[in-house]
Amino acid sequence: MYLETKEVVKQYANHLALNKVSIQVPRGTVFGLLGPNGAGKTTLIRIITRITAPDSGSVMIDGRPSRSDDVYNIGYMPEERGLYKKMKVGELSMYLAQLRGLSKKDAHHELMKWFKRFDIMDWYNRKVEELSKGMQQKVQFISTVIHNPDLLIFDEPFSGFDPVNTDMVKNEMLRLRDEGKTIILSTHNMESVEELCDNIALIHQSQVVLQGKVFDIRKEYRPGIFRFRILGSEFDFVHPSIEVLSREPYHEFIDLRIKKMENMSSNHLARLIFDRYEVVSYDEELPTMNDVFIKTVTGNAR
Amino acid sequence: MNTLGLVIEREYITRVRKKSFIILTLLMPLLMVALSVIPFWLSTLNEGGVKNIAVIDNTGTYASLLKSTDSYKFQIVEESGQQDQESRLGKDLFAILQITGDLNVNPHAVSLMSEKQAPQELQSIIVNTLTEKVTQQKLDELSTSSNVDAEAISRVRAIVEDGSKISLRTLRMGDDGSVQESSTELATIIGMIFTILIYMFILLYGNMVMQAVLEEKKSRIVEVMVSSVKPVKLLIGKIVGIGLVGITQLVIWGVLLGVLFGGLSFFISSPEKAAAMSADMGDFDMEGLVNLIESVNWFEIALYFLLFFVGGYVLYASIFAMFASAVDSEEDTSQFMTPVTLLIMFAFFAGFYSVSNPDGPLAFWTSLIPFTSPIVMMVRIPFGIPMWEKLLSVLLLYGTFILISIFAAKIYRVGILMYGKKPSIKEMIKWVKYK
Repeated sequence: MYLETKEVVKQYANHLALNKVSIQVPRGTVFGLLGPNGAGKTTLIRIITRITAPDSGSVMIDGRPSRSDDVYNIGYMPEERGLYKKMKVGELSMYLAQLRGLSKKDAHHELMKWFKRFDIMDWYNRKVEELSKGMQQKVQFISTVIHNPDLLIFDEPFSGFDPVNTDMVKNEMLRLRDEGKTIILSTHNMESVEELCDNIALIHQSQVVLQGKVFDIRKEYRPGIFRFRILGSEFDFVHPSIEVLSREPYHEFIDLRIKKMENMSSNHLARLIFDRYEVVSYDEELPTMNDVFIKTVTGNAR
Repeated sequence: MNTLGLVIEREYITRVRKKSFIILTLLMPLLMVALSVIPFWLSTLNEGGVKNIAVIDNTGTYASLLKSTDSYKFQIVEESGQQDQESRLGKDLFAILQITGDLNVNPHAVSLMSEKQAPQELQSIIVNTLTEKVTQQKLDELSTSSNVDAEAISRVRAIVEDGSKISLRTLRMGDDGSVQESSTELATIIGMIFTILIYMFILLYGNMVMQAVLEEKKSRIVEVMVSSVKPVKLLIGKIVGIGLVGITQLVIWGVLLGVLFGGLSFFISSPEKAAAMSADMGDFDMEGLVNLIESVNWFEIALYFLLFFVGGYVLYASIFAMFASAVDSEEDTSQFMTPVTLLIMFAFFAGFYSVSNPDGPLAFWTSLIPFTSPIVMMVRIPFGIPMWEKLLSVLLLYGTFILISIFAAKIYRVGILMYGKKPSIKEMIKWVKYK
């Protein structure tokens, strides 16, 4: 594990922001930190980045308690992020890079590299206030990764980006992961979670309610719905343990969505259908992370 | 470079480079010189040059005594030309002075008629000349009457002529018992200048700190900053950086004013100008003024100014920053800022009234209380006060500012990351306990 939090508790004046939160983030993976608004994600991130201290519990980095100089090894892009509007893009980037521990020379060298990669060299001497929101996001992204930290934390990194730039940022994140960086991604965009994350933790009402590999979780939340494409024009099979959710004719086929009861194995269902019809294709519907999220959060609220 | 240095550098450089700062810093001394020189220069200009005053003296005693000056020309006119004169009034004639009877008998037998209000200067020339003459007349009458000693009369004459020229010398006894010549006027002027400076800078630069904190919070850059800079360093960097901007401005003003007034006095001190000046000033003791200015302990004043300036600025800047960090927008600041601003204004007025009584209880207490002392103490120091008062005041101020800054830093640290509801003072005090 690269990063672990152990039983982290944070109490504010009139509410408990985090209640014994433990997460494990393996090295070189993308970790999704999910949860509804106000669940405590930002507080947890602020504790990991040492902006605030936990009331109890600890943060371990590489198996040892985190230290104050670890902040130079963390790149954090907060959800609510801004820039000094009156400063020039280049100056501001230099300033932020130096604050993150780079020497003037290194900062300049790295900046040139990133400005070229993001194709924003022309903006170097423009004022920040002249930039569009997407442009500002790029500058913020650069200043997050400029010091080449081992741990990167992105809070809603895609807001304000058009699809082209979103893709670009996604690819950068995957590239950084492949270089061995560990990434924590906090977002409400569930599609990108499926696309990018290896593991997730879902925080709800100050507690971790779900944690694990994305694939495992989706498997676990299978609703037991199977899709069949059969040859023919009719389907009238009835069985007490199955429920046909939909049947749609498609050229010479019929597309079926069938939900099985808990007591029936998927093999049994398959055999029942395969024995009676000519099956062209067959697969199980996996829940989207969106489904998992909604189900967990609403189910948990009871 | 460490992060604190970087923060200070940015706060300083971005402000000093601003056009508004450069313009204000360069123009202010010019403006101040202009404000002090132009009225003086204007007063030497005569509107329409020499003013003619017709003197109609029915008695014939007084008219010849009125001496024409650079500004006023007295013309003696016969009674017959009187009608003619009135028609000229307001054209080439500025005023008509009419003496209808013996002033010795009837002091009201004189009038000055003009179209515009007669200047104070003209009035005093006429009144002084006439008064002197009437006094002479009365003394003459007295001496001719037989029952008065001639000797006594000549003594009285001497007294009347010289006796009124009193100049009060004020001396001051130092801590070591040495007696120094002092000038209350000079002490007042010096005290007021430094007090106004401190008052202005605390308000101006305190507000600048507040704006800076608010801007960072509003633009959410602070969220980006705190991940690599400790909030306390951010706060210290801001206060120090902006304070340095203030000191830069003060130094530039001081140097520019020195150069400008120096140049000006050099220009004025050219031989013919100097002659004109000394003629204008009469028996004004130029040398005495120079001695007085030299007698002021400038080093001491500069030292205390710096001490109180730094102490007062940091104290109030911390408070401003603390409140700014707790709210989301400018509109919300007023509830917290109004009491602070009132306190600063109170200090200013306390300083203002302490000038007339620099050792009174108001001056004494307000110059010890840390929230008013930076402003009030500067009024008192030029008057010379005991060492222990100065030291106690400095100690109290610095002790308080250390406590307040620590408190402010704790609030700031939490406040800058809190959005939404405006917190109450009670809630803010709870923040201090957050880890």
